[in-house]
Amino acid sequence: MAGINRHAKTMVATLVSNKRVGQYHQLILDVGGVVNDFRPGNFVAVAVGGDRSSMVLRRAFAISRISDRGAYGGTMEIIVAPHGSGSRWFCAQPEGSEIDVIAPLGQPFGIPTHPVNALLVGGGYGSAPLFGLAEILKDRGCTVDMILGASTAGKIYAPLEGKRAVNTLRIFTEDGSMGTAGRVTDPITELLAANRVDVIYSCGPMGMLKAISALTANTDVVHQCAVEESMACGVGICMTCVLPVADEAGVVTMKRSCIDGPVMDGALVQWDLVGQVLPVNE
Amino acid sequence: MSIDLSTTLGSAWFPAPVFTASGCASSGKELAQFFPLQEIGAVVTKSIMTKARHGRPTPRMAETPSGMLNSIGLQGPGIDAFLANDVPWLLEQKARVIVSIAGETVEEYSSLARKLRAVPGISAIEVNISCPNVENRGLVFACDPDAAHAVIDGVRRTLGGELPIIAKLSPDVTNIVEIAKIVVDAGADALALINTLLGMVINLDTMRPHLGGKTGGLSGPAIRPVAVRAIYQVHAAMPKVPILGMGGVATGRDALELILAGASGVSVGTASFGNPEAPIKVQRELAELLTARGFNSLREAIGFAHRVESQ
Repeated sequence: MAGINRHAKTMVATLVSNKRVGQYHQLILDVGGVVNDFRPGNFVAVAVGGDRSSMVLRRAFAISRISDRGAYGGTMEIIVAPHGSGSRWFCAQPEGSEIDVIAPLGQPFGIPTHPVNALLVGGGYGSAPLFGLAEILKDRGCTVDMILGASTAGKIYAPLEGKRAVNTLRIFTEDGSMGTAGRVTDPITELLAANRVDVIYSCGPMGMLKAISALTANTDVVHQCAVEESMACGVGICMTCVLPVADEAGVVTMKRSCIDGPVMDGALVQWDLVGQVLPVNE
Repeated sequence: MSIDLSTTLGSAWFPAPVFTASGCASSGKELAQFFPLQEIGAVVTKSIMTKARHGRPTPRMAETPSGMLNSIGLQGPGIDAFLANDVPWLLEQKARVIVSIAGETVEEYSSLARKLRAVPGISAIEVNISCPNVENRGLVFACDPDAAHAVIDGVRRTLGGELPIIAKLSPDVTNIVEIAKIVVDAGADALALINTLLGMVINLDTMRPHLGGKTGGLSGPAIRPVAVRAIYQVHAAMPKVPILGMGGVATGRDALELILAGASGVSVGTASFGNPEAPIKVQRELAELLTARGFNSLREAIGFAHRVESQ
């Protein structure tokens, strides 16, 4: 287990861009050369509220895309929904603000060594890290299909430039206000039945990840999902963001979504035991 | 000239006065990326029990004004795996190690002490008799004078006289000085003050307790004045008993406050969640503040708030 957090750096990063995109904010931070250690699926832990803040815990956000070119040397993009007091503070920061961050953190998505048929499934702004992933998969010669879903049109995050990296993009909303009315699980069932998928990469609400895991159970399709559990520290010391996960031998233990995840094998996560008291291992 | 920051807790000597707090550093590996563990006083490991333990259901945390509630429930690998994997790694890093233990019965504490007695390299044992995250509040030994005495007495008899015992106490008592005297009588060499305070948050969406375990331990700067008060009271009653102070320390200023109240060393807990470099940062700031006030050593500052002014 040594080497935990081995790429993580604490730094003060300049907020170089803050734009509203639908119901979300696209925030771009100058992090310099360390951006080369960042992988899709990694996250950043951001201190919120300023020096005298009563918010003592960092907020964890998926890193959606990185750029190692341009005026700043290296930047990372984060898509933030201003829902709570910490994310609202972050989204209210003007360009030029100095932001205290720790990155990159967490286990990234696994990238196949040979071309495969990849299906990327995003729920709400969970789609954000999938666009950076799509670019890398495309570069490796993979076929990249993307399905995005949300309750309503305003919660779909699908930037124009991101669409270039995917072969197909389909959008589903529960109220039918954008794309097809329905849920992302409907088309996944069809694609699986047609043997069109080798690997599913997913990011979004836990209910969606659980539903996809149910669809891929008893198939050869690998399901790499980025889980979402509330974290206090993001670096593995607080033990709050745990999930029940089986090992190869079937023994279930509480794994930390910060350092053992956020990307996990959907087939090993014990979705029905989330939020339960685990039975004692004998 | 650099200031002498060394300190002692019972017979254990430490070159530096800032420690991690039990449960806020896991077993140390996670923090090693952020600062060299041997530069602080010691790593105080997460309280370990006899068997592997899953802990309480999620959600396990809620942020509160200048603090947080946690309800982890002592998730851990069990003492055998801990001694096989975690302690040797910490010693390889040349970190000093204080092992924190927790039990469900008086006998479990003694049997944990028996396993630790034979382990070379450990600086001290923290006996956590005050974890609030147990199913039965009757198990919080530190809230019951007889139970607190029985646990510390059992550990002392098992250990013999060698390893220092640090008894970790709860502030959720009517008279912390009384409990402190009882555990010192039973053989504790030092006291860890304070553990978290029992609290609750109700989620307004579900309109039920937010934490899976319903109640949780409150920590962070919100509780610091409680820690300062507890340390001040206990130091006033027993000035010779060393205190490892903790409770909301996030800066060198906070650490100095606890030392002036009577702490011989200071643990950084919740602040590490917000900043994994907090222990080393606090230690650097503390050194500067002591120097700026004309202290030649940390020891001169311990309990300085109690001094009687003379002409």
